[in-house]
Amino acid sequence: MIKKPHALSRRIYWLTVVFLFLPLAVLMLYSFNASRSFKFSGFSIKWYYSLFSRWIAPEKIAAVFPELGARELAQIVERSKNIWTAVRNSFAIAFATGLVSTVIGALGAIGLSWYRFSYKKFLQGVSFVPLLLPEIITGVSLLIFFSSILRLKLSLITVLIGHISFCLPFVLLIIIARLEEFDYSIIEAARDLGARERDILFRIILPISAPGILAGFVGALTLSLEDFVVTVFVQGANSPTLPVFIHSLIKRGVPPEINALSVFLILFTVVLILSIRNFIKYIGK
Amino acid sequence: MKGRAGVLYTLPLMLWSCIFFIIPIIIVFIYSFLAKGLYGGVVWQFSLKAFSALFSWSFFRVSLVTLLIAVLSTILTLLIALPVSYYLARTKNNTLLLALVVIPFWVNLLLRVYAWIAILGREGFLNHLMTFLGYRGEPVQFLFNFWAVVIVHVYTYLPYMILPLYSNIEKFDFGLLEAARDLGATHMGSLVRVMLPNIKGGIVTAILFAFIPTMGSYAIPDLVGSTNSHMLGNSIAYNIRTANNWPLASAISLVLTLISALGIMIYFFLNRKPARHKVREAP
Repeated sequence: MIKKPHALSRRIYWLTVVFLFLPLAVLMLYSFNASRSFKFSGFSIKWYYSLFSRWIAPEKIAAVFPELGARELAQIVERSKNIWTAVRNSFAIAFATGLVSTVIGALGAIGLSWYRFSYKKFLQGVSFVPLLLPEIITGVSLLIFFSSILRLKLSLITVLIGHISFCLPFVLLIIIARLEEFDYSIIEAARDLGARERDILFRIILPISAPGILAGFVGALTLSLEDFVVTVFVQGANSPTLPVFIHSLIKRGVPPEINALSVFLILFTVVLILSIRNFIKYIGK
Repeated sequence: MKGRAGVLYTLPLMLWSCIFFIIPIIIVFIYSFLAKGLYGGVVWQFSLKAFSALFSWSFFRVSLVTLLIAVLSTILTLLIALPVSYYLARTKNNTLLLALVVIPFWVNLLLRVYAWIAILGREGFLNHLMTFLGYRGEPVQFLFNFWAVVIVHVYTYLPYMILPLYSNIEKFDFGLLEAARDLGATHMGSLVRVMLPNIKGGIVTAILFAFIPTMGSYAIPDLVGSTNSHMLGNSIAYNIRTANNWPLASAISLVLTLISALGIMIYFFLNRKPARHKVREAP
C-alpha cells in the first residue's frame, strides 16, 4: 500500500472547500468593515447597528454614525425597514408553501407509492417533469397563465402559487423515497385485521412517514426561501421577497448592511441544517 | 389496493399539476404561434413570426453563447467534482467533509452571486488583494464578462454534481482498482478505465444536474455577465418585460423546454441498462 493513497484528490478536495467558502468568508469580512467600500479599513460592527436600526433608538444610531445628517439616518432606518419586510415576506411565503406543498405532496406520495389507480402512470410523469425543467420555464409559463388567462393581479398570492408549484415535485420525491423503505404488507395485515381506510392513514401511514413528511416540509421551506427566478416573474409590485429585494439592491448598489444580513442568513442556514438533521435522525429511530 | 382511495389521495396533486403545470405549458405553446400584442400579451391571430425570429443571427448568437457557457462550466465542474467525490467516497467518517461541501449550497443564490461581485469587481476583494501583494497597475474589472459567468456557474453547481457522484462512487468496489493495478495498470489508468465506466450512471446524472439549470440560467448572467454573455434566460426575460414580445418569449421557452426534454431522454436512454454488474465485461 502506498502511504498516502489519495494525496492528489485530497488536495483537490481542500482547494474546493476553500473555493466554496471564500465568497462566504469575504461577505463575513466585509460585514465587519469600517468603511462602505470593499477596501478593508478597520473593524466595526456599525453595519449590524444599521441592519437593526428600525428597532434601535435614533440617538443610538446617530452616535454610531456621527458623520451622517438627519436625512441619511432616516434613510438607514428606512432601509432597515425594507430589508426586514422582505425577510418577513420570504418567511411567510416559505411557511405557507411548506404547509400546502407538504399536505398535497404527502397525500400524493401515499397514493402513488401504495395504491393503484387508472391515471397513475400519467401522474407520475406529470408531477416529476417540472423537476427537470429550468426554473425560468415555470416562471414564464405561470406569469403568462396568471396575467392572460386567469387575469389575476400579481401579488404574494401568485408568488405562493408559483412556489408551491416548484416545491411539490421535490416534496413528493423526498416523501416517496421515505415510503419506499417500508413494507406494504403492514397495510395489508392491518386491512386483514379489519382496519378502516381512515385508521390505516392516521395510525399506520402517517406515523411511518412522519420523518419523510418533515424532511419534505423543510425541503420546501428552504427551496422557497432560496427562490429568485420564479418569484421575479410572478411577483407583484410592492412586496418583494428577500432574494428579489437583494437582486434590486445589487442592481442599484448594495448597502453594506446586506453583508451583515448575509452573515445572519449563513448562520441561520447552518443551524437549521444541523438541527433538522439531528431531529430527523432522532424521530427516525 | 382500492382504486378509490388512491384517487382520493392523489386528487389534489393531480389538480395542482394540471392547473398550474400542464395548462400553463400548453398556453406557452399556443402563444408562440400567435401575433404580438402592442403592450404585451398577444393578438389571437395565427403567426409564425416568433419562430422566424428564432432563425435570426442575434438569436443564434445567444444560443451559441448559452451552449458554450453550459458546456464549458459543466466540464469544469465535472473535472473538480470527480476527484472531490472520489476523496469523499474513500474517506471514512466523512460526515463533516460532506457537510463542508453542502453548506455553501444552502446559502441563498443571490447572496453567493453578490459575494462573487464583491470578490471580482473593480473595487473588489481580488483587486485589493493584488494591490496588497504588490500589483501597481490599474484595477482590473473581472466582472461582467463571459468568464465571470462561467466561474459563478461552476461555483453554484459544484454541490449538485458532487452529491450524485459521491453516492455512486461510494457503491463502487475499490478492490477492482487494486486488481487492475496488480494486472499492471497505473493508478490513473485504473481510475479512468475501471472506475469511470462503472460510475457512468452517476456521471450522467451529475452532468444533467448542472447542464440543464445552466442552460436555463437567468440570474447569474443577469448579474455578473455583460450583453456579450447574455443567455437564453435573459432573452426570455427581455422579451417578457422590455420588448413586450410574449410570443417570442414563449417560443424561446419552448426551445429551452425541448433542449431539457432532449437531455432527459438521453439520460433515460443511457441509464436504460443500469450498472448492476459491478465488473464490466471484457471487450
